[in-house]
Amino acid sequence: MELTPQDKSSEQSPESIEAGDKERWASLIGGGAMVLMGLRQRSLRGVLMAVAGGGLLYQGAKKQSTLKQAQEAMGLNQPIKVEKTVTINKPAAELYSYWRDFAKLPTFMKHLESVTLIDSKKSHWVAKAPLDASVEWDAEIIQERENELIAWASAEDADIENSGFVRFKPAPDDRGTEVKVVLEYNPPGGAIASAVAKLFGEEPEQQIGDDLRRFKQLMEAGEIATTEGQPSGRE
Amino acid sequence: MKAVCWEGTTKVEVKNVPDPKILNPRDAIIKITSTAICGSDLHLYDGYVPTMKKGDILGHEFMGEVVELGSAVKNVQKGDRVVVPFTISCGNCFFCNRDLWSLCDNSNPNAWIAEKLMGHSPSGLFGYSHMLGGYAGGQAEYARVPFADVGLFKIPEGLSDDQVLFLTDIFPTGYMAAENCDIKPGDTVAIWGCGPVGQFAIRSAYMLGADRVIAIDRVPERLQMAKEQGKAEILNYEEVDVGEALKEMTGGRGPDACMDAVGMEAHGTGLEGFYDEAKQALRLETDRPTALRQVIVACRKGGTVSIPGVYGGFIDKMPMGAAMNKGLTMKMGQTHVHRYLKPLLEHIQNGDIDPSFVITHRMKLEDAPKGYETFKHKKDNCIKVVLKP
Repeated sequence: MELTPQDKSSEQSPESIEAGDKERWASLIGGGAMVLMGLRQRSLRGVLMAVAGGGLLYQGAKKQSTLKQAQEAMGLNQPIKVEKTVTINKPAAELYSYWRDFAKLPTFMKHLESVTLIDSKKSHWVAKAPLDASVEWDAEIIQERENELIAWASAEDADIENSGFVRFKPAPDDRGTEVKVVLEYNPPGGAIASAVAKLFGEEPEQQIGDDLRRFKQLMEAGEIATTEGQPSGRE
Repeated sequence: MKAVCWEGTTKVEVKNVPDPKILNPRDAIIKITSTAICGSDLHLYDGYVPTMKKGDILGHEFMGEVVELGSAVKNVQKGDRVVVPFTISCGNCFFCNRDLWSLCDNSNPNAWIAEKLMGHSPSGLFGYSHMLGGYAGGQAEYARVPFADVGLFKIPEGLSDDQVLFLTDIFPTGYMAAENCDIKPGDTVAIWGCGPVGQFAIRSAYMLGADRVIAIDRVPERLQMAKEQGKAEILNYEEVDVGEALKEMTGGRGPDACMDAVGMEAHGTGLEGFYDEAKQALRLETDRPTALRQVIVACRKGGTVSIPGVYGGFIDKMPMGAAMNKGLTMKMGQTHVHRYLKPLLEHIQNGDIDPSFVITHRMKLEDAPKGYETFKHKKDNCIKVVLKP
């Protein structure tokens, strides 16, 4: 358990620190409200880092400023933020354990080529890009709560700097589990910028939505609905 | 194999296309023995349903024999004779679990298109536009059926194709529309549209206890079928003011339930009819809701409006004031076919109904273009076309 600066300043018992930590996460991810609406102009990455506590602040100030420079150079003031929720007719534990095995994510995340686990917290991600190119990054789990939440951030040398979380919350009555993904990424400049634009398309929300829908199909129906490979009078 | 392909507005062609393959573990391949042209296929034929692509295989009323099974389908065998519901449903989601099969969450690979137009996506359908899944249809020699473990319904021996083919769509559709009328003892049900769905709705309304059924159309042979086969009282809307006639026939009250079994290509009369045809032709209005407007105005206060007719998009001049102030209940939706397969098969087995009464034309699959043309223009007293591959 890492302490945030304000935690350090007061003398708290481990229990109350734990409770405070929980509260902060709850305020970030809780409720039915739109997370991004609440964040407004603030960076999701910054908020996730702050909530996760001091231990991960190593990526803090310096990173933020280089990023800012890069964005200004590209004429962008805003990272791209996406929030999507889907309700899946399965218990949270089942969904969480499938998702937590990151190597399986390319099954339903269309643009992912592979995810390789480096250790229990770190993983290496490869996404498809046009012309047989790929974009790659390392990601680290910055917070995880079994059957509830996985939050991550990319490491420093990522092709696409990104961070986000997936939250699993039981839906009312017997409606299954609400799965919310909140994601923020910074479009890089230079040669790979167009590749990334293609990768996430003009409507990143639709792509994340489609990924979530495929996850739902896989979990509920056991397969992903498709028509690819069916006959038509076009060939 | 041969398949009926949509090639543009009012153009279908029978083409040689590749045979379908198993694409998912829950798939099956069916060798088709009978397939029909549905009234709703005419909306595609006439180009009023968006997201059709040249070369799409049409057809959502089909049955046949199982010839291939995916690894996850255990409850049917090769050689089984089956009918296929036109709605594609996973059997596992919130909606399938609640018997709302046409609202399945997991069967439309193009759900995002439907979500843009409608907020949420209904289930995928066979051969009914890319917005509703882009699935190849069953006016062909073979078809791939996804979620075959819940999407195939075995037919017992002793029943002909003609008797059970319409379990795929129009019989359940007419039956659900009658159920949606919430029929109570003494009720009069008025049904706009005496096409195949209207005919089944008439029969179903009586099965569900309606006291009287009044059928409305303008095509003489359809009205005649409604009267002779369905035992309905009939009104020709070109000859009488339907609203006034219905009031007079029901002691001034109006019918207890009114049904729109016409949908988006209703034929109007007079200025209103001209208005909708012009707007739809200019694509300023996607649907022509003449029947629906009459249904709402004619229905008695506190009555029920049931809408099995297909609408695709937007309508004009909806008499919402009448619907609201008369406290109407409106029920609608694509048919939850899976829900009705067993009970309606029992009605057929018991001899309560022989659905083959609607068939007026039988053709070879190759003659599908002629079938569409004949059906669309109601030539040769055409009410229902069955194609044999």
